[in-house]
Amino acid sequence: MNSFLSSSFNNNLKHISIPKLPISIPWFVTLGYLVLMLLLPIAALITKSLTLGVDEFWRIATQPLSLSAYSVTFITALAAGLINGVMGTLVAWVLVRYEFPGRKIIDAAIDLPFALPTSVAGLVLATVYSERGWIGQLFAPFGIRISFTRVGVFIAMLFISLPFIVRTLQPVLQEMEKEIEEAAWSLGASSWQTFSRVLLPPLIPPILTGIALGFSRAVGEYGSVVIIASNIPFRDLIAPVLVFQRLEQYDYAGATVIGTVLLMASLVLLLVINFLQQWGRRYAIK
Amino acid sequence: MGIIIQQVSKNFGDFQALREINLDVKDGTLVALLGPSGSGKSTLLRTIAGLEQPDRGSIWINGQDTTYLDVRDRNIGFVFQHYALFKHLTVRQNIAFGLEIRKTPPKLVKEKTEELLGLIQLEGLGNRYPNQLSGGQRQRVALARALAVSPQVLLLDEPFGALDAKVRKELRAWLRRLHQEVHVTSVFVTHDQEEAMEVADYIVVMNEGKIEQVGTPTEIYDHPATPFVMSFVGEVNVLPSHVDLIPRNAKVREGAAFIRPHELEIVPLGAGEGTPAIVRHITHLGWETQVELELGDFEVTAHLSREQFLPLNLTLNQKVLVRSRNARFFSQVA
Repeated sequence: MNSFLSSSFNNNLKHISIPKLPISIPWFVTLGYLVLMLLLPIAALITKSLTLGVDEFWRIATQPLSLSAYSVTFITALAAGLINGVMGTLVAWVLVRYEFPGRKIIDAAIDLPFALPTSVAGLVLATVYSERGWIGQLFAPFGIRISFTRVGVFIAMLFISLPFIVRTLQPVLQEMEKEIEEAAWSLGASSWQTFSRVLLPPLIPPILTGIALGFSRAVGEYGSVVIIASNIPFRDLIAPVLVFQRLEQYDYAGATVIGTVLLMASLVLLLVINFLQQWGRRYAIK
Repeated sequence: MGIIIQQVSKNFGDFQALREINLDVKDGTLVALLGPSGSGKSTLLRTIAGLEQPDRGSIWINGQDTTYLDVRDRNIGFVFQHYALFKHLTVRQNIAFGLEIRKTPPKLVKEKTEELLGLIQLEGLGNRYPNQLSGGQRQRVALARALAVSPQVLLLDEPFGALDAKVRKELRAWLRRLHQEVHVTSVFVTHDQEEAMEVADYIVVMNEGKIEQVGTPTEIYDHPATPFVMSFVGEVNVLPSHVDLIPRNAKVREGAAFIRPHELEIVPLGAGEGTPAIVRHITHLGWETQVELELGDFEVTAHLSREQFLPLNLTLNQKVLVRSRNARFFSQVA
């Protein structure tokens, strides 16, 4: 029976001539993979949220609780991205330009936030920044609490977004020739003029790309924030955690609406990143 | 006036890059620093520019002691081997950079920039980015950028080193003409003796951090002061002085005989005097033919012009007579 089935299947195959589409196997595999991994889940999310109807969608999406969760998420993530835009650039600069013992180790450690499970990161940060922790105790006497507040959320987002800026900047800085600086000096440019007119302008697009990458990573962060924050609505509750809370309450529609808003925001961000990258390469186009 | 270098030494760790260099570059001349890599020529150029500090000695530019003057205040033009153009700025902005740093009025900046664009023959390309130009064009932009600030001296570090042979040749001739127009005291570094001979008024031959000889291209080629200069500038056969090739009228001295390939003559057996030799290899170099000959235990290379080569009808392994029109002797072998 089995052999009969398979042979007839094979026979059928012989009669099906594969149409000559301009599709190569790698192209087909790529498309299939992307549909399966990316397009279907996104479509499912959007479809689910649309079953509610526009009015209901809008109502849930703009509830005060949702709005506050967005603002905690996006504003804190943006602050973290911007601070790391400066600090990450500095770190990348030092790692590329200076030779010092332990440089390789520090360079490798930059990727730690990538490798560390985010829950572990959250646990470590929550401990270190708690009122009794190594760093937290320095701030406690001034009445500044870090863990279990919005500042803690900010710290966690700083932690996980740093590698994005550093790793975006490093190759660009490595490519930068020392001669460019020397050329500026020979033309009479001061250190500040050399930095602001010669070194910084080509760095701005990659810095912006790094900030955008770090920002979108921070927006999506869940594991470390859920641990370091107290997750109290209107205080330090971030949107991804709100999604999870909704799921726990079996409010699937509510969860997907907030999820869809986050998705839209991410899409816009990715478009911005792409645009920045194009703009950054405008003088590199032959 | 010009550049005066007195007793300049420079070390990089244990490596002595410059050893008590003394050099006078006359005002308005174009001088080549010629030497193999590691000879200190680039270090000397960078020291003149102020990109390196000498450990000892002093450097004077146009009558001013600039030894400890910062590169930013020296008012020099520097051209790098790999152009070092500002990639995010257009050609015009690159050229204008030095002028804008000096707070030159915009009208003057515009005038000067256009004038320089004309000088480097890139009038239509002022709004292009460096990446959109060829190597030769980029180097001309780099030159214009350096010249824009009316530098006291123009320093060029292997300016044609990254270019292909044809463009290099064009740019050399162009630099020569440019220097005749602009007349700024210029020093350029090269390891290519042909380039130095073609472009420079004077050649400074350097080796192991020392100056071997300073002179016009003719002096350097015809009257090399040291065996190093003789071997580095042009090809040369080095033979022990007892080898029977040396012209009769030359005073035989101790050491080694240095004979240029074109100073060797080949004649058929039985046609006058000469040392017997065997033709081992014949290479056609266009207008010249290179013949490698075995001379007992030694090998020599001779360069014959077409007119000399054709009547000889040389074949491989043919026995011929060789003689030399000229020879120079140096006590030590390079």
